[in-house]
Amino acid sequence: MADRPKTTEPAQRRLSPRKRQRILRGVQYVILVAAVVALALWANWPSLAQNFARLDIAELMLPDLFTVALLNTIIYSVGGFAFSFVFGLILALMRLSTVGPYRWLATLYIEIFRGVPALLVFLLILFLPLALQGFSVPFGTYGQAILGLGLVGTAYQAEIFRAGLQAVPKGQTEAARSLGMSATRAQFTVVVPQAIRIVIPPTTNQFVSLLKDSSLVLFLGVSGQYVELTKFGNDMASTHANATPILVAGLTYLIVTVPLGYLAGRLEKRKGTSR
Amino acid sequence: MTHAIEIKDLHKHFGQNQVLRGIDMTVEPGQVVCVIGPSGSGKSTLLRCVNLLEEPTRGKVLVEGVEVTDPDVDIDAVRRRIGMVFQQFNLFPHMTALQNVMIAQQRVLKRGKKEAEAVARENLRKVGVGEKCDSFPGQLSGGQQQRVAIARALAMDPSLMLFDEPTSALDPELVGDVLAVMRQLAEEGMTMLVVTHEMGFARQVADRVVFMDGGVIVEDGPPAQVIGDPQHERTRTFLERVLHPEE
Ligand SMILES: Nc1ncnc2c1ncn2[C@@H]1O[C@H](COP(=O)(O)OP(=O)(O)OP(=O)(O)O)[C@@H](O)[C@H]1O
Ligand SMILES: [Mg+2]
Repeated sequence: MADRPKTTEPAQRRLSPRKRQRILRGVQYVILVAAVVALALWANWPSLAQNFARLDIAELMLPDLFTVALLNTIIYSVGGFAFSFVFGLILALMRLSTVGPYRWLATLYIEIFRGVPALLVFLLILFLPLALQGFSVPFGTYGQAILGLGLVGTAYQAEIFRAGLQAVPKGQTEAARSLGMSATRAQFTVVVPQAIRIVIPPTTNQFVSLLKDSSLVLFLGVSGQYVELTKFGNDMASTHANATPILVAGLTYLIVTVPLGYLAGRLEKRKGTSR
Repeated sequence: MTHAIEIKDLHKHFGQNQVLRGIDMTVEPGQVVCVIGPSGSGKSTLLRCVNLLEEPTRGKVLVEGVEVTDPDVDIDAVRRRIGMVFQQFNLFPHMTALQNVMIAQQRVLKRGKKEAEAVARENLRKVGVGEKCDSFPGQLSGGQQQRVAIARALAMDPSLMLFDEPTSALDPELVGDVLAVMRQLAEEGMTMLVVTHEMGFARQVADRVVFMDGGVIVEDGPPAQVIGDPQHERTRTFLERVLHPEE
């Protein structure tokens, strides 16, 4: 708008840009209202409510919805997140190492686990005891779920850390080294703390991503005390031949993910203004 | 007596780019040597070769008789005795001024927290930012940041200091404060190697001025000679441009 030259002649033939914009906005509102009215008229509300919004069924989900399903979702994703945070940092440091083989190994891992579907990793974990005789993942289902989420999360978290480490100016390392710090000490007292600050917003998003991926635990064939939100909703939906539990499970995810997404946005903004 | 710094036939190449092409110079203990020269002449590279932030391609650098270019030398131990001040300050932004000055004392010299804090406060007061101990670098002016950076280097009890254009990133009205601190250091007998464009400072404070151009030392002598009565055409042209930029 600002770079358009102001027209001096009165608007006779053509509408001024401002007027045209107002009309365009009016048209958008008309389309919206028409769509809403059409939906309201054509939708079969009683049937929809019957299938998706049965409060009595929703009530049956309590309290297990929170005490078992949501709790497990959080255990799986927090566990997987902790795993990927630690190994992601190690992998990022390897990726930036001056030792070639470390770099290659890290790159290989990152490319593989970002390149295949997370579901595939879960299926593979399921087959681990078959492939390696006598091997079993410790802590049973919790162990398997956290391992699966952790293996995948590590690859993404490593890339987040790498970007964060590289965003710290080189002068920081030089200042630390010129004070007599070893390369390792400079890295951990000066570079890593700053990198962690930089990566907080993308890491929050990555956690949300893991939280959603925790639904893949469904494919580990869990039941009973191990079910998480998606599995729980799906089981309840099957039992009652009704979609309401799935909708409720979805809403429960949103209770956690929406505030986290909002938080990440806030942190991102704050990072932009500070310094 | 050993030289504070001795540089012999120093060469530094960045790929095909020959930045330093045979530098020979010495700095005696207690001397202040200013390095001047046009942009790209290799002044920063020379300074960075002294504490091995850059690895020389050829030649020797000795600091207090210790050959820093020897692969067997503990470079971290040598750097502890060489303070460095950068054009861009390079303070640690996630630490307060006090923490900036304490961290290397604690982690490198293994001083206790109490002692490190006392030394830090003392040095911050000395450079005139004693009341800014709890401020983060982002809350300080450029001049204050640079003085914190000087305090950070001094807290390590260095036996010599390197300055790479310490006032070039500062607003003109803040330059004086930093130069005053450096002048005080010089009077106290600190050995200093200073890359600068501040001709007034070089003339009044330096024992020697070194003029570099194209990776070699063109002129090396007392300021009255190098700045006051340059012997080489290149030095004259450079000084002409620095001292009378409008003409
Ligand atoms: N790390 C590096 N990699 C490649 N080239 C470099 C590097 N550092 C410096 N150079 C090159 O070396 C030359 C001299 O750089 P140097 O920074 O030493 O000059 P200077 O005299 O300090 O200049 P200025 O007054 O602009 O700071 C320049 O051409 C620069 O491009
Ligand atoms: Mg320079």
